[in-house]
Amino acid sequence: MKYIEGFREPRAARALVEKLRLLGQSSLKDGNGVTFMEVCGSHTMAIARYAIREALPEGVALVSGPGCPVCVTPAGYLDAAIELARQGVIMISFGDMLHVPGSRSSLARARAAGGDIRVVYSALDALQIAAAEPQRECVFLAIGFETTTAPVAGLVPLADERKIGNLSLLTSFKTIPPAMDALIADPELRIDGFMCPAHVSAIIGADAYLPYARQHGIPCVVAGFEPLDILLGIEGLLRQIIEGRAEVENQYSRVVTAGGNRRAQVLFQRLLEPEDALWRGLGVIPASGLRLKKAYSSRDAAVRFGVTIGPGVEHAACCCGDVIKGKLNPAACPLFAKVCTPDDPVGPCMVSAEGSCAAAYKFRDIRQHAY
Amino acid sequence: MKPDTVQLGHGGGGRLSRELINMAVVSRFGDGPLRGLPDAATLSANSGEVVFSTDSFVVSPLEFPGGNIGHLAVHGSINDVAVAGGWPRWLSLALILEEGLPFAVLDRVLDAVRDAAAKADVVVATGDTKVVERGKCDGLYINTACIGERVEDWRLDAAAVRPGDVILISGTLGDHGMAIMAARNGMAAGGPVSDCASVYPFVDAALPYAAEVRFMRDPTRGGVAAVLNEMVEGATSAGIEIDETCLPLAPGTQAVADMLGLDPLYAACEGRVLLVCAAGAADAILGAWSKLPGGAQAARLGHVSAEAPLAGLVAALTVTGGRRIVDLPGGEILPRIC
Repeated sequence: MKYIEGFREPRAARALVEKLRLLGQSSLKDGNGVTFMEVCGSHTMAIARYAIREALPEGVALVSGPGCPVCVTPAGYLDAAIELARQGVIMISFGDMLHVPGSRSSLARARAAGGDIRVVYSALDALQIAAAEPQRECVFLAIGFETTTAPVAGLVPLADERKIGNLSLLTSFKTIPPAMDALIADPELRIDGFMCPAHVSAIIGADAYLPYARQHGIPCVVAGFEPLDILLGIEGLLRQIIEGRAEVENQYSRVVTAGGNRRAQVLFQRLLEPEDALWRGLGVIPASGLRLKKAYSSRDAAVRFGVTIGPGVEHAACCCGDVIKGKLNPAACPLFAKVCTPDDPVGPCMVSAEGSCAAAYKFRDIRQHAY
Repeated sequence: MKPDTVQLGHGGGGRLSRELINMAVVSRFGDGPLRGLPDAATLSANSGEVVFSTDSFVVSPLEFPGGNIGHLAVHGSINDVAVAGGWPRWLSLALILEEGLPFAVLDRVLDAVRDAAAKADVVVATGDTKVVERGKCDGLYINTACIGERVEDWRLDAAAVRPGDVILISGTLGDHGMAIMAARNGMAAGGPVSDCASVYPFVDAALPYAAEVRFMRDPTRGGVAAVLNEMVEGATSAGIEIDETCLPLAPGTQAVADMLGLDPLYAACEGRVLLVCAAGAADAILGAWSKLPGGAQAARLGHVSAEAPLAGLVAALTVTGGRRIVDLPGGEILPRIC
């Protein structure tokens, strides 16, 4: 099976766009529009990259949700990371975090000022870095949702096994379902359907969304990241609305199962426990974070170095909070593309490759640009 | 016992220096203008005008699928001369070596310089070698400069580009950038292979249509996206539309780009020409290119458009039939790829 080309096939994509248009025409009467939320940042990026908004039928709106891990990481977390870098700790991070503004600085600026900050593509690289300099402390910037939490938390048993004592994690792990609960509870938001994350679902399983369909009557479709996946996901949501159903459909069955990745779930249970977590833009959401259990506190950088992660200070005019909730289109933020650009970001949504603002900026479609 | 790595003394100007030059340089390049190691080379050009370019190479890793820093150092400079309408003739070669560099690596790199120069029919005419302390450079840096003779027929000028013109590329996109990223991330096996090569054969094959060729570039750092954006920057009545559904992409390059979340449009090529010509000449040039070794995937990327909302922009038609803007790449995308 061709896992990429097949899902980018232009003729099939354009046929689906046409099908969606007809579906929308026959079912969505004037003023009867629907709003779907793509929860995950990689969907936001792909929707922009393939100009899918432009291809949607009239009356179907897509809003971007909170699923960009960099975007929801509070400024105070970065402040703590920058402080550790200043103390001479080797900070290991995925590249997206480097330009995220903390209260006063960013890791990129800390690096220019002499901080030892290493960018990796794989969490496993952290083991090599720590093993190569056993006399120095190494801290991995452990942020992310379930997808990223699995390999990053997996560093703990691997480091134990290889007797690498100088590696710890500065955790700000978050889980998606509590954020979806918070969005449903927000009276200002009306969401008619969730396009559920692709790779988060590979870990937690499609059944994790059953409560949204069954108790809240909100249609859910788990969709992949290729253009055809996304179009099929929108089609599935639209059909559920038209037929008056609210179910969890799994369009991404080539990767996602109903029950998810059991091995990762066991790892989470063994190493991690829930904590209340601060989401940039959403505030504190009960039990929405994951931290290392006490038994593993020697791997917890916050314990090891006695740092506390505060809320930090964010730019007063930054609208990332409303963008993350899907209340505001990035272009409607007064800072967008004027003060806040990918080269000089103010808010985290402009930094991350998955951020709504970065996607809106980088892949501005022609219509939007013409105005 | 002879050391098997470069020593600081090899840069000291004494006997060790002489040994290094003889072993590394004279043995490979000592037959031409370098014979007798004069302070400067004297060259005889046929035509009045020369085309001159220089480039420095700091790629990491030094060796990658499809080549090494030596190939890159030769092709980088000769390609700049070729797309500017020059016939590349002479090359300078300046080496900065880090103490401790294995001679085995140096030999492979200089063999690559020798072979690439011979294949491109370019003479290494002058050079220099320095050694710096361990930690002051990353193995080996190279600077080359290339002098070419101006080819009369070319009238290349980015300002001559006009709506209706067609944009061609001589092969697959982004292979060099992705080969480097794959090598750095331990996914080189079966993955992308650098396209590092001389583009002069492609430039030469387009020469019969010179009157209709407006502009050529080699899309290195920033890839095709950067070149296209530079073309339309500040334009008030023209933009570019490319068709993303028919970009020439090698499967390995596509796969690594997807895995790393990178866009091949922004990834460097080191052996491709991007050429803008009048629509009437496009098929003939593509036909000529497709017969060259490495030219099978030459393709039409898009065209220059007079559509008002596109003015000053590069737009890509996507698989869904929508269009998006292909922006100028930001600051740090892929450091040290060449």
